[in-house]
Amino acid sequence: MPTMTFLLRPYAAAAALSRTVLLIAGLALGTAAAWAADTSPAAQQARFTAEGRAPADAERGRVFFTSRQGGEWSCASCHGNPPTAQGKHANTGKLIKPLAPAFNPMAFTDSARVDKWFRRNCNDVLKRECSAGEKADVLAWLNSLKP
Amino acid sequence: MPPLMSSFTRLWVGAAAALTTLTSAWADHGSLLPRSMPKAYVQECASCHTAYPPALLPAASWQRLMGGLKQHYGSDASLDPATVAQLSQWLQANAGTYKRVREGVSEAPPQDRITRSAWFERKHRRIEPAVWALPSVKSAANCAACHGGADQGRYDDDELRFPAGLTQRQRWMWHD
Repeated sequence: MPTMTFLLRPYAAAAALSRTVLLIAGLALGTAAAWAADTSPAAQQARFTAEGRAPADAERGRVFFTSRQGGEWSCASCHGNPPTAQGKHANTGKLIKPLAPAFNPMAFTDSARVDKWFRRNCNDVLKRECSAGEKADVLAWLNSLKP
Repeated sequence: MPPLMSSFTRLWVGAAAALTTLTSAWADHGSLLPRSMPKAYVQECASCHTAYPPALLPAASWQRLMGGLKQHYGSDASLDPATVAQLSQWLQANAGTYKRVREGVSEAPPQDRITRSAWFERKHRRIEPAVWALPSVKSAANCAACHGGADQGRYDDDELRFPAGLTQRQRWMWHD
């Protein structure tokens, strides 16, 4: 019996090692899934411009972003005007990273995230989804903001 | 027959028992957040507000919250169904473990708000309306305005800090 136990041990060690490797691989995958980094702010502007089938207009985007649209909040209520510094959630006070890409390298680099936040936040500000044209205009303005 | 324990041993056993009691009295000092937290909880929930510990609301409240994310206290916090399911499971598994929630008479606070729980209101009863209204505080939901360790689930008094903009008088009153 003791010999058997001795013989089994290397397998147990190998199993433990492979579990660790799997765990590390899983963690790495998790991080990758967390931030797809599959796009760029310029690509997002191009995507919405193509969908909207009209040239994007930065000035129109600025007015849209900074004005209330019948509701209590504008985009700037949380993101600031201009959104080149840390914003603050209008309700909870939670800090929000700058939205303008020149001031935040993570901004608009994950297309699923872009869609999720446009969906949620447009509903908060306009009580509807934003049109592709509106998104293109906002992107054009945000992308034009430089230090 | 010799006594079961020497008087010296009895002293130590007594001290250990007293220490155990003290430790449980200090339970507030640990983190209220579970040791492992899904990434999605930080990304999806804590992007807009403090990562509220599941311990602070009963299971029924979390269930209602997760069923109504499209209208979440005036905001659209909607998520894809898979993430909702993952977070709901974690919230249910860790719900209501804070001792004052367990002791709570009513099952859920009004509107499922942590800040409307009887224990919350009692603990914050001396804070003036003007302090809640400070730009640095804004709302009772902004735990981190005063609780420096809120994002790590730590709410004990040792980590309290002044929110910006308190008057001298309010600073004096702080520790009352």
